[in-house]
Amino acid sequence: MEFRAEIRILPRPELLDPQGKAVEGALHGLGFHAVRAVHVGRLLVVEFAAPSFEAARAEVDAMCRQLLANPVIENYVVVLEPLAQPVEG
Amino acid sequence: MKVAIITFPGSNCDYDCWHAVRLVGGEPIYVDHRATDLGRVDAVILPGGFSYGDYLRAGAIASRAPIMRAVRAFAAEGGPVLGICNGFQILCEAGFLPGALVRNRGLKFRSRWVHLRIESADPPFFRAYRPGQVVRWPIAHGEGCYVAPPEELARLEAEGRVVLRYCDPTGRRTAASNPNGSLHDIAGIRNERGNVVGMMPHPERAVETLLGSVEGLGVFASLSEATDTTMASAGGSHG
Repeated sequence: MEFRAEIRILPRPELLDPQGKAVEGALHGLGFHAVRAVHVGRLLVVEFAAPSFEAARAEVDAMCRQLLANPVIENYVVVLEPLAQPVEG
Repeated sequence: MKVAIITFPGSNCDYDCWHAVRLVGGEPIYVDHRATDLGRVDAVILPGGFSYGDYLRAGAIASRAPIMRAVRAFAAEGGPVLGICNGFQILCEAGFLPGALVRNRGLKFRSRWVHLRIESADPPFFRAYRPGQVVRWPIAHGEGCYVAPPEELARLEAEGRVVLRYCDPTGRRTAASNPNGSLHDIAGIRNERGNVVGMMPHPERAVETLLGSVEGLGVFASLSEATDTTMASAGGSHG
């Protein structure tokens, strides 16, 4: 089965997020005074094959732990979905 | 002293390190990031630069390069490993050192001279200095703000593993003397054993009067002394 994982990575909330602060300041400058907080993170999309949904989940978690996210500074959320299978014939 | 300087795509301080090693009479060799073997060397330097364009996170992709398995084995045997700037980021990403280096507070890339307090006079990298000595070395980084969980910071401090701190010319730590927002003004740390050191400032760019300072040369002189001692005690078998 083919899967598509969206990995949403954000700086851990207890850390200073200078990028988020800078964007927040720019939004305030444009008159968006209702903006209370901005966080800048990263979105990764990984397409891969796995024998089952459970296996795909385990695989993408391993990818996050080993490379895609750094737990010292980042939190991540994975949204995993099977890709539509090509229609035979 | 034979020193392996690891080159990644985007390393840019590798020749500066080469030159600094030569200045203290050492023999530098370049080792490609795709290699799986270091050969017989007495020390390893991970140089500065922007390996893999700082994609994903600074140092993240380089820290998973094939050569890093050999560097890990070398460090595990007590071999001296020095990571400078991007090399420090790589050491943190690889888990050799705790914590992480994130975007500078204020978002600016900082390329300038700083004053640093040397907090250690231990081999293999700081024997040429005295604890508390203030030196002037350059920095050049956008992601040099050192962060670590509170318990990890407390441990680093308790074990005396902070080796370099940003300070003013008199050695005092002030808000203005910290160029990037690093917690505890940390510019460099070491591992428990002391053989792995990471630092954001560039001692290899402060090794000649022409460069504006010679106060970084001591790092390489210390390393040379430490590895020569090791060689003597091993009967000079390192060749």
